[in-house]
Amino acid sequence: MIHTERLTRHFVSKKETIEAVKGVDIDVAAGELVAFLGPNGAGKSTTLRMLTTLLPPTSGKAWVAGASITTEPALVRSRIGYIGQGDGAGHGFRVMDELVTQGRFYGMNASDSHTRAKELTKTLDLTSLEKRRVSTLSGGQRRRLDIALGLMHRPGLLFLDEPSTGMDPHNRANLWEHIDALRDRQETTIVLTTHYLEEADFHAERVLVIDHGEIIANDTAANLKATLAGDRIAVTVDGSDLAAASAVVATRGSDLTTSNGSREVTIAGRFDQGTRMLPWLLRELDHVGVDVRAADVRVPTLDDVFLSLTGRSLREESEVAV
Amino acid sequence: MSAMVADTRAVFQREMSLVLRDPFSVIFSLVQPLVFLGLFGPLLAGSVDPAAIGGASPLQWFLPGVIVMICLFGTSATGSNLLFEIMTGSYERILASPLHRSSILIGKALKELAPLIVQAALVVLVSIPFGFKLYPVHVLAGLLLLGVFGVGMGAFSNALAIAARKREWMFWAVQQSLLFPLLILSGMMLPLEAGPRWIQVLGMFNPLTYIVDAERALFSGSFSDPAIGWAVLAAVLTCAVGLWVGVKQVARSTT
Ligand SMILES: Nc1ncnc2c1ncn2[C@@H]1O[C@H](COP(=O)(O)OP(=O)(O)O)[C@@H](O)[C@H]1O
Ligand SMILES: [Mg+2]
Repeated sequence: MIHTERLTRHFVSKKETIEAVKGVDIDVAAGELVAFLGPNGAGKSTTLRMLTTLLPPTSGKAWVAGASITTEPALVRSRIGYIGQGDGAGHGFRVMDELVTQGRFYGMNASDSHTRAKELTKTLDLTSLEKRRVSTLSGGQRRRLDIALGLMHRPGLLFLDEPSTGMDPHNRANLWEHIDALRDRQETTIVLTTHYLEEADFHAERVLVIDHGEIIANDTAANLKATLAGDRIAVTVDGSDLAAASAVVATRGSDLTTSNGSREVTIAGRFDQGTRMLPWLLRELDHVGVDVRAADVRVPTLDDVFLSLTGRSLREESEVAV
Repeated sequence: MSAMVADTRAVFQREMSLVLRDPFSVIFSLVQPLVFLGLFGPLLAGSVDPAAIGGASPLQWFLPGVIVMICLFGTSATGSNLLFEIMTGSYERILASPLHRSSILIGKALKELAPLIVQAALVVLVSIPFGFKLYPVHVLAGLLLLGVFGVGMGAFSNALAIAARKREWMFWAVQQSLLFPLLILSGMMLPLEAGPRWIQVLGMFNPLTYIVDAERALFSGSFSDPAIGWAVLAAVLTCAVGLWVGVKQVARSTT
């Protein structure tokens, strides 16, 4: 569905060259749901805008839905749907009018377009807003309208740029129900960007971690966490047991860290399959006479993956950026 | 070609929904030319030597100018709508669709031209009791000519909007500083013949001058005036160059 070769985009602003996307190679198969995860400014939107023909690449090639983005952009456009970061609907227009004209833009006739628009206002809970002007809608309502606009012509490949940004948790859950339903019917290939870890984690089949214009990891969320972060077990013991306990943790754990409390000390290490290792570890510690005061297994998140890849936390950055 | 026509129609219909859903804007657009004709016409009649306007009745002379003026105001400002759409994001959605790039420009310009038919009809009807002589076929030909010119002006305006998308104020600065010289130097409001020689020379380099002259000839029932040939050329050139520049700008508009 998508294949890119060294896709690159530079911007020149105030005589400074910004390498927004640095030669990325991406492959997406039909029916996949792939998420680009990365902090603000990582190059997610720029990549998506090249794939949707909105932005010509500085160098490199890409084929999207069977057509080249550089030599057959019109063909690409007719085969994809795109939901950008801004408001897709014009502020002065009415909700239903925008939906129907969107269908017309993709060659649907007026009555098909109207039927489809009705269908989508129903599924996206916009029925009561059909006659409203877009400028009077709330942020969440506008985003739902954007999704409806993107789905009007039933694209086989749909790009969404930060679809859930600015939505409250309820609307976000609602949005994901729709995206997951599209994926489950296997009719639509979905490529989206997000800086919310949980979204990439729970919904995407594959996560492409992007940072400073480069793809630094590409796998399922589960594999990324297993290979790049791993479970961590932490045990809290009396300060006097530090050496003995550390020795036990180190027999099977790696990346040991210790943090001191007033009298107690917490030792943490990385383990494969932490929940299965915990009983073993507790038995071993008991065996050498260490009194364990508390124990805890922490399953990693994609943030730990990002941290281990870049040394920075994605969570902090996205909170500042939004 | 037929796809381009369908695309243009779709864009035009979208733009028209803005007009049709807001009747107040229609009423306002009808009142404006009437006010202009009603206030400026008598002033002109009282202050201009009839010889300078070729001995025509001031109304017959001035009315086509007002219609050209409405066309010019509407189409040259259309870029501001585009600017707004660029800011809010809907322009990007439209660009991601398979619409022909030139259809986007033509559809938007036609939206400014459609009300012109209604405005012209109203101005003409109101003027008949005051001695305006109506030549319907000639007037229709005149509106068609203006339509071709207007599509070009609209495309230029949209190209300007795209060029100014990072500094909004620039759009109005450039539009205003071009609009008024263009308007005055076309003899639209006051006859150039009454002015100094250098004004007349400048007017000769203004494509709008030929349009205005041709509209006057047409509105007074002549198809044989040589100005009409030049006006057709000026309109077609404005349209072709405008669309060419516009489509080039559209292609560069997302960077
Ligand atoms: N039109 C542009 N002109 C100049 N720089 C740009 C432009 N668009 C994006 N950039 C820069 O390219 C980098 C990547 O931006 P973007 O792709 O929008 O990131 P993301 O979507 O991941 O937040 C950023 O440094 C951004 O400032
Ligand atoms: Mg972005």
